[in-house]
Amino acid sequence: MSSTLDVSSRERPHDEAPPGRGHDAPRATRKKSGRLAPYLFLAPWFAGLLFITAGPIAASAYLSFTDYSLIGSPEWIGLDNFERMFNDPRFYQSLKVTFIYVVVSVPLQLAFALFLAMVLDRGLKGLALYRSVYYLPSLIGGSVAIAILWRQIFGSDGLLNQVLRFIGFENPPGWVSNPDYALGTLIVLNVWTFGAPMVIFLAGLRQIPTMYYEAASLDGAGKARQFFQVTLPLLSPIIFFNLVLQTINAFQTFTQAFIVSGGTGGPADSTLFYTLYLYQRGFGNFDMGYASALAWFLLLIVGGLTAINFLASKYWVFYGD
Amino acid sequence: MATDLTVAPPVAATEKLPDRKIKQRPRWLAHTVLILGALLMLYPLLWMLSSSFKFTEDIFSQTGLVPERVTGSNYPDGWTALPRDFDHYIWNSLVIVVGSIIGNLLACSLAAYAFARLEFKFKKFWFAVMLGTMMLPIHVVIVPQYVLFSELDWINTYWPLIVPKLLATDGFFIFLMVQFIRGIPTELDEAARIDGCGHFAIFWRIVIPLSVPALATTAIFTFIWTWNDFFSQLIFLTDPEMYTVPVALRTFVDATSQTPWGPVFAMSIVALAPVFGFFLAGQRYLVRGIATTGLK
Repeated sequence: MSSTLDVSSRERPHDEAPPGRGHDAPRATRKKSGRLAPYLFLAPWFAGLLFITAGPIAASAYLSFTDYSLIGSPEWIGLDNFERMFNDPRFYQSLKVTFIYVVVSVPLQLAFALFLAMVLDRGLKGLALYRSVYYLPSLIGGSVAIAILWRQIFGSDGLLNQVLRFIGFENPPGWVSNPDYALGTLIVLNVWTFGAPMVIFLAGLRQIPTMYYEAASLDGAGKARQFFQVTLPLLSPIIFFNLVLQTINAFQTFTQAFIVSGGTGGPADSTLFYTLYLYQRGFGNFDMGYASALAWFLLLIVGGLTAINFLASKYWVFYGD
Repeated sequence: MATDLTVAPPVAATEKLPDRKIKQRPRWLAHTVLILGALLMLYPLLWMLSSSFKFTEDIFSQTGLVPERVTGSNYPDGWTALPRDFDHYIWNSLVIVVGSIIGNLLACSLAAYAFARLEFKFKKFWFAVMLGTMMLPIHVVIVPQYVLFSELDWINTYWPLIVPKLLATDGFFIFLMVQFIRGIPTELDEAARIDGCGHFAIFWRIVIPLSVPALATTAIFTFIWTWNDFFSQLIFLTDPEMYTVPVALRTFVDATSQTPWGPVFAMSIVALAPVFGFFLAGQRYLVRGIATTGLK
């Protein structure tokens, strides 16, 4: 890697020398250097594409048709991995868990984000402070430390149950150890990180010219009407942006489920996120072929959902003129 | 931040139209809702901070923020509870974080300059590819990456975590910097070119110094993301000697059936503290970064 960088910086002076030398006729030489320069600037990125992103996508496509455990060489087995996948109850369980998580937590997260952005966007005093406080959980929500905290708070003798007992509930459940509630605790964690989309909404709300609201209120539109007729349509590109982004993020949730369930996806596979299952197959069992098949399926889902989002956006996103 | 506000009070102007009384009440309401909400949001964090000074047996009986009995021993206990002292793991994390920051600053700004200022074949196509990689889940490429890095004998070294950054694989930052560089007037480039500067000189002497805000955003986000990252560190660093802060923290709740919550919370606070520090110091850049690109 550093060699790639060295190469580009070593060759670049070369490439600059001609225009410096001849002030009178720099045009022709600059053209020549101009053709090469972009590729020198992009050299690290191209290398990254080859070895770290696009290359591995292709490699995992190949591996998904093989039986491979890191020892020896991959053995071609055709569609066996996919056949196994579609007969694998844990695969379906992981899909179900992930979909429920995405479908419940993302809309809730965005609703909170939009609501608080609207409350904040009224020239209130202390906006910067409020914004910081609400944004903070977004920065740390994916960390191991917070997942550990969650595990305590929602444990059978955790903070939440102490509070519940204090206010009179006799036998509150152990939230993280109960298959009915464990996923719920992770949904709460994701909703808790609504600050990032909120900041984006705030930036979007600032772009809406006040004259629209003035015109609407002169025409007799109340607050609710203004919200539906002015704010929502004008904000729809931003809502769409946040929706795509948070959906993709939610699909990749791993750390929280791993820590809260101790790496098992339990209890009773109730927090077996797709990425966690992929990790277990690939790096627990070193079943690299099968893990690659799972990875490709994930790529198709994320790509497909993004495409659906984009197609559907034609019907509800309003891009002004 | 506060100045932004006074420049553009978005709704304040319209609120002069309706009756004053209507204007007053929602403000009170808004502040009440906001403060209660903020307390609810922060309570778990504050409680963890206060619990890191409580005896472990008290953690399960005290919901309040003020410890009834204060102990300072959770920090030294947690620091030394694992096979290596905690500073060892902090050091491992720091090496990866610093390497990642340098990598992202260099490689992403080089690529961004090409996309923002240079003309080349299929530029739109490559730009679209770059945007596509932003959406790419790491889980999709982790298996082949692991195979590649184990062929290179890089498992349990820092390289698998730093090298990708040196190869500009964080498209978000390229995008952020492309947006920023596009805002720098091209007249400056022209002037420098007339003075005999080549592309690299323009990049290094004009564009980089003017892009400091975007670079700062990149550095801060890289710090926070890399410091918090768990998935790739868990996979590439399996030797306890190489554990980083998140991976070490995880062994706390994993290894023992009886989790020593006091020391665990203390080390969790240690793990979160640098993020808080960067957050407080770099808020301005963070907010700008999210607003322009939607970073998390």
